[in-house]
Amino acid sequence: MMANETTALSRRAFLSATGALVVALVAPAEFAEAATKVLTSRPALTPDKLSSYISIDPDGTVIAYYGKIDGGQGLETAIAQLVAEEIDVPWERVRVVMGDSALTVNMGGSTAGNGLRQGGLIMRRTAAEARRLLIEMAGEALNRPAADLTVTDGVVHALSDPATNPAQRISYAELVGGRHLNAPIAWNGEAQQLSVKVQAPLKKPSEFKVIGKPMPRRDMPGKVFGTLQQCSDVRLPGMLHARMIRPTVAGAVPMAVDEKSIRAIAGAEVVWIKDFLAVVAEKEWNAVKASQALKVSWSQSKPNFPGHDKLFDHIRQAPVVKRSSDPGIVGFAAQRDDGSVEDGFKQAVRIIAGEYEYPTQSHASMGPACAVADVRDGGATVWTSTQKPHDCANGIAELLELPREKVRAIWMFGTGGYARDGQGDATAEAAVLSRHLGRPVRVQHMRHEALAWDPKGTATVNRSRVGLDASGRVIAYENISKSFSMEDCNTREQHPGDTLAGMALGAPSNWRPSFGTPGNSYVFDNGRWGWEVIAPLMDRSSPLRSTHIRDPFGPPLMFGSESFIDEVAAATHTDPIEFRLRYLKSDREHELFRAAAKHYGWETRPSPRNDQANADVAVGRGFAYRQLAGTYIALIAEVRVHRDSGVIEIPRLVCAHDCGVIVNPETIRHVIDRQLVWGTSRMMYEEVRFDENMVTSVDWLTYPVVKMEGVPRSIEIVLIDRPQEPPSGAAEMAVGPLPAAIGNAVFDATGVRLRRVPFTPRRVQAALSRA
Amino acid sequence: MAKLTLTVDGKAHAIEIDDPEMPLLYALRDELGFNNPRFGCGLGQCGACTVHIDGQAVRSCITPVSSVTDRTITTLAGLGTPQEPHPLQTAWIEEQVNQCGYCINGWIMTGAELLAHNPHPSEHEIREAFADLICRCGTHNAAVKAVRRASGQA
Repeated sequence: MMANETTALSRRAFLSATGALVVALVAPAEFAEAATKVLTSRPALTPDKLSSYISIDPDGTVIAYYGKIDGGQGLETAIAQLVAEEIDVPWERVRVVMGDSALTVNMGGSTAGNGLRQGGLIMRRTAAEARRLLIEMAGEALNRPAADLTVTDGVVHALSDPATNPAQRISYAELVGGRHLNAPIAWNGEAQQLSVKVQAPLKKPSEFKVIGKPMPRRDMPGKVFGTLQQCSDVRLPGMLHARMIRPTVAGAVPMAVDEKSIRAIAGAEVVWIKDFLAVVAEKEWNAVKASQALKVSWSQSKPNFPGHDKLFDHIRQAPVVKRSSDPGIVGFAAQRDDGSVEDGFKQAVRIIAGEYEYPTQSHASMGPACAVADVRDGGATVWTSTQKPHDCANGIAELLELPREKVRAIWMFGTGGYARDGQGDATAEAAVLSRHLGRPVRVQHMRHEALAWDPKGTATVNRSRVGLDASGRVIAYENISKSFSMEDCNTREQHPGDTLAGMALGAPSNWRPSFGTPGNSYVFDNGRWGWEVIAPLMDRSSPLRSTHIRDPFGPPLMFGSESFIDEVAAATHTDPIEFRLRYLKSDREHELFRAAAKHYGWETRPSPRNDQANADVAVGRGFAYRQLAGTYIALIAEVRVHRDSGVIEIPRLVCAHDCGVIVNPETIRHVIDRQLVWGTSRMMYEEVRFDENMVTSVDWLTYPVVKMEGVPRSIEIVLIDRPQEPPSGAAEMAVGPLPAAIGNAVFDATGVRLRRVPFTPRRVQAALSRA
Repeated sequence: MAKLTLTVDGKAHAIEIDDPEMPLLYALRDELGFNNPRFGCGLGQCGACTVHIDGQAVRSCITPVSSVTDRTITTLAGLGTPQEPHPLQTAWIEEQVNQCGYCINGWIMTGAELLAHNPHPSEHEIREAFADLICRCGTHNAAVKAVRRASGQA
């Protein structure tokens, strides 16, 4: 059947005008051409059209346009599974286009492990709707009621006549191949929290053929054979290499630049615009050399940073500028108040209080940020590894004062950054330089920038108290985090004030007060979870500006909340799992805890052990729990504490994990395994150090991270599949309970409570010697 | 300007350089267009830029290009291909080791050097060989499993 005949079959103008869709893994230089073809043939890219999510190539390949990205967790593979399942084509025939602002709608970017919870649901629903409409079309073509038809491997046929009669079957390719599914989609009107509504029902778990299968990751061979082109591999004709020049004292701006100091370096040039300073060269090494050779006179600046050792005193003493009890705070940030905490504490016969400190941390990406921009002829294209390419495009448009439709952000695979790292900054810097020079520019941050200048994870003081009645029952509970805002630097680089380049060019910092509460489902008669935010250390371009790091509301808050629960369990001589379960009502939690305990071989008893006082190496086990957005984690850590050296070994982690329906068990296992190693790095090693003037963590010696020696030896994952529940996410949730699980295990082993992350040998030694 | 010849993945490449101290990494990526190795730190601290020089895993970000002109340089892409994979590459895929994959040159090239000298390393020997590599996604244990698999031990 010819394509033009198909159109006549539909009375609802289901298809738009012909025009082959060109989306392929093409070299960057060809991107622009591909984009032009797509943009001219495809209906306008808006969330209210099916064509914005799903299309079908002439050969029957289904293209899924996924507005989010993959930070290394295998989303491409899982999205292909969801779409293949709902639209009924083999998994191999689904291609996923990710995070290109010109080809995909804004789905809010990648955030909070919601790639499947939110983005996956959009793709499932639109794929199901496409299937429903294609069956309707096929009904008209085959002259049969749609209700009599079904789909096998992309071919619509009668339920009663599966494959035998060619006159009674028609493929998706024959129906619509190469053209666009021009049907309306109902959506919620909120781009950053996009959700869609369709008529088609989703498949039931009993019907799943692809969901739940351990499909191999599609990106793996390209990574293993070195053939996958990543963002840092983009090379455009005429492209210049750039390096940014940063001050050695925070807040200092360039007063004089000695261009002669780089004259000997071939092709090296200075770009100095207001407070924005960079060098460029034709050859990358010359740009590096110029960045090292350039002589700059900087303004006097006295940032008066407290220094990392006095940071927690600063946080305790600083005035609160916003607190969760202030009016107008809603949603995730809202304070949770159950009953009356004040009354509860009045009735209590015993009050226990505890305080915990979580340090400033860097994203410390494996690769420093890298981006390429081509700003010419009134338009801009940027190649970026940001987690939020649509927001990035918005920010570039505003920064360069270009119409939004003239800016395209093309996301490409890059280094795992785990939230708002330096990628958005590098992208804006490349855009500024490219506009200024009229040539494509590649900005590669150096290692010291990746550590010293990325936005940071917030240092937090988390304080708790409980009131117990005479029987030892908790009748009042309070948990308050005091910290910098999670958004000294907005997590979405939508405005010039969200990037270093924008601020260097004069945009005020886009600070806003925001924080949250630790995720859990504890029910106390009287409970309060809240927060207090203090002012940022600097109002502009601070190397210590705070933002999200993977699981932003996890470790900084839950180190305190889940260590403290353990403290109360110990104070009441109760097993830590039993104690928690008294205040948890959901079967999911009870089953999860039992699964973790059973797998570990948990002996029900209070902590600490008290039988190892003379042992050189004390062994202990600790438990911690979290619930976030429908994902439930029970984590058990086993530690061996070397009393002499203060070294903590982690021979074993057991993680029971319930994130609803399991789309791909293999990728989930891997994501949990890898994130627990990553989390171990944060809890055992990572702390941004700084003095009064500047961050002093500038390389892997001054910002140590976990290496092989410190990795938990055995990480055992118990997956609980709940096919009736939506997928709720696995990309970051297991990190939150990790510091408390380790700290609680150290308490179990030694009776000593660790109150500050990271648990470095020196700090552990000091804690042991105080005991 | 000086002319140099680099032998990379079995092919000779002539390049012109104006600084003999330029690290090999920049010659490979910027002059010759290789996507691997990768820039991680420029300080020899992480391993993302690792290549083999005469079979030895070396950090190209601190190796002057002029020091390797008579040597055999092998990158990850030259170690094996989808058609003729190195056993470690096959094992890496079978174990689905990576998340972002940015660090992969360090791990596979270091692991390949280990296997060349010690075809059946113990777990301890594997961990020792990988002791000084960084991976910011936490694939350490998975990498050990892949080496064990590639050496017929898993």
